[in-house]
Amino acid sequence: MTTLAREPRSRLDPEPMSRRDMLGLSSLWMTAGSLLFALVGALRLPKAAVLDSPNKKVRLSLPEALAAGTSFVPAGRSMAVFRDAEGVFAISTVCTHLGCIVKPTAEGFECPCHGSRFAADGSVTRGPAPQPLRWLKVSASGGQWVVDEAAIVPAGTKVNA
Amino acid sequence: MTSEATSRSALSEFADNLRAAPRRIRETAFRSGTPNTDRTRSTFVFGNVFLHLHSVRVHRWSLRWLTTAGLGIASVAAFLITLVTGVLLMFYYKPYPDVAYASIKDIHFVVPTGRFMRNIHRWAANVMVVTVILHMARVFYTAAYRSPREFNWLIGLALFVTTLGLSFTGYLLPWDQLAFWATTIGANIAQSPREVTDALGVTDIFDPGGIQRLLLLGSDTVGPEALIRFYLLHVMILPLVLTTLLAVHVWRIRKDGGLAKPVDADDRLGPLSQTYPVFTEAPAKTYHLAAVVRGRTEVVNRGPEQTVPSMPHLFYAELAVAMLTVAVCLALALVSDAPLKEVANPLVPENPAKAPWYFLGLQELVSFSAFMGGIGIPAIVILGLALIPYLDREDQQTGDWFGGPGGWRLVQRSIVVGLGSVLALEAVAIRFGWLREWFPDIPQLVVTLVNPATILTLVYGAYSVWLMRRHASARAGALGLFTCFLCGFLVLTIIGTYFRGPNWVFYWSPADWPRH
Repeated sequence: MTTLAREPRSRLDPEPMSRRDMLGLSSLWMTAGSLLFALVGALRLPKAAVLDSPNKKVRLSLPEALAAGTSFVPAGRSMAVFRDAEGVFAISTVCTHLGCIVKPTAEGFECPCHGSRFAADGSVTRGPAPQPLRWLKVSASGGQWVVDEAAIVPAGTKVNA
Repeated sequence: MTSEATSRSALSEFADNLRAAPRRIRETAFRSGTPNTDRTRSTFVFGNVFLHLHSVRVHRWSLRWLTTAGLGIASVAAFLITLVTGVLLMFYYKPYPDVAYASIKDIHFVVPTGRFMRNIHRWAANVMVVTVILHMARVFYTAAYRSPREFNWLIGLALFVTTLGLSFTGYLLPWDQLAFWATTIGANIAQSPREVTDALGVTDIFDPGGIQRLLLLGSDTVGPEALIRFYLLHVMILPLVLTTLLAVHVWRIRKDGGLAKPVDADDRLGPLSQTYPVFTEAPAKTYHLAAVVRGRTEVVNRGPEQTVPSMPHLFYAELAVAMLTVAVCLALALVSDAPLKEVANPLVPENPAKAPWYFLGLQELVSFSAFMGGIGIPAIVILGLALIPYLDREDQQTGDWFGGPGGWRLVQRSIVVGLGSVLALEAVAIRFGWLREWFPDIPQLVVTLVNPATILTLVYGAYSVWLMRRHASARAGALGLFTCFLCGFLVLTIIGTYFRGPNWVFYWSPADWPRH
């Protein structure tokens, strides 16, 4: 329905927008827009670009007597290193559920926080963990072993010297 | 000669002004004169920036103990106590790993009254969580969220979430084992949308969980960056948010026409024993500020006889509640010390690692699924609570305890259903395990969607829909749902607090916990 310009306007009808109001409103919106833009820019600050994490690689030598199925936990690291007939492998002991440190046991691993259990190969046997424990990349280096906590390898990857 | 006279009179005028200065300072501070009559007290309340958050006169119904039990004011009082004691603790606290732990130890053992202040801070925070939850239950069960108070219910919800946020951020600051692992778990709950994005295989391109965790911790581990962020949130950002919301919350009570009361509140109260004439002459017509204060007015053909001046009646009541809160916090602080465990060890979590009691219900839920328990179901609950005033547009029995179709009997029945279903589901999960134990190869998405937590939510939802159809009333459904969720929260919290031992295994008593 179109209204003719000359039709008498009721007192109850909203007034048509004058040029002054139009300009005022658009500058108001531009102010709001630029403030919003500035806010988004300011919020970029809390998102860290450089993380203060320590070196993810650890060099270690395994004890000669390390039996298959027994874990070796390097000091200060959340990982368990194993050696069996097929080679050396490392499993992260950070629970895939909410990040607690799981404890190696005779049957596998158990998490103290929410009761997840893992088999010796890291697969979930019960509890809320959504994924198996991560296998970490192991490489041989001059008679020692280097484990990279940042590099995840498929489960079952074992390395020989 | 004239100049000498003028200078003498100027000097004596100066002396007079100096003598009058104390009186004038007092007079200008109280613009309307000493508040010693109803009239001057009213103008005093009206003209004071803090007091004018209250209305000048308050209805007698609002002053009954049964109307509010003083729970809102108790929450405010507890917040003020944490504010004062928190500022005092900031004199010695240093937000840096290990140094933080040492400074808390200093506060505990060396600083004069340090241990007492920390105890009060901790207990006031606990009291605040309890009173905020009870206050919300009071507003819900008296249907006080109804028009025109809908939006104030939303602000109240935001205050509830902020309160929990303040508690949680305060938890990391001592940098003990409890602090470190509660924060690790909290940050990973923020990351838990990955449980879904991983299952769908889209984490590489769409990772809201990772961004949330990064923003919270400022790093990929809980370390100095995380501690300073939690400190900033705890002492600056969240208190500012809470104070702002609180001012709006209290202001809106006044603007929405005071506390909710039954339509026939005046008749139920009976006549006042002592009359407070509001108008010195009998009003020829009725006055009310319909355009300024929303809500129905009862002021038709009679003056507002059922109201009394806020000063002193309301203020005495508020002071009494505040003093009671202070007394409770002090007593608790004298009886029980705030805990401080060993210094944080990122390699060995506590076993069991338990969050503060009000998060143990959530911890029980995340032990089924991190995403559903930590984010999905809390979001559903908050959204459901937020929608209540917009879905329940009825007006019967507003202001009455358990008012609405079904009433107290419906609430009783809902308590049985609420307790029964949570206990049954927990019993099954504890006795027989869940899907993962039965079908080890089941996809994660199925476990995320079908677990005791989601089934419980569905049962409660279905029960509430059934109530709504049976009573043909949204209020009946809301009464059932709110009661059920309260029961669920209670049972899960109790199980998490008293019946979960090492590795989150169920034990009837801590005496049964394995020694090592």
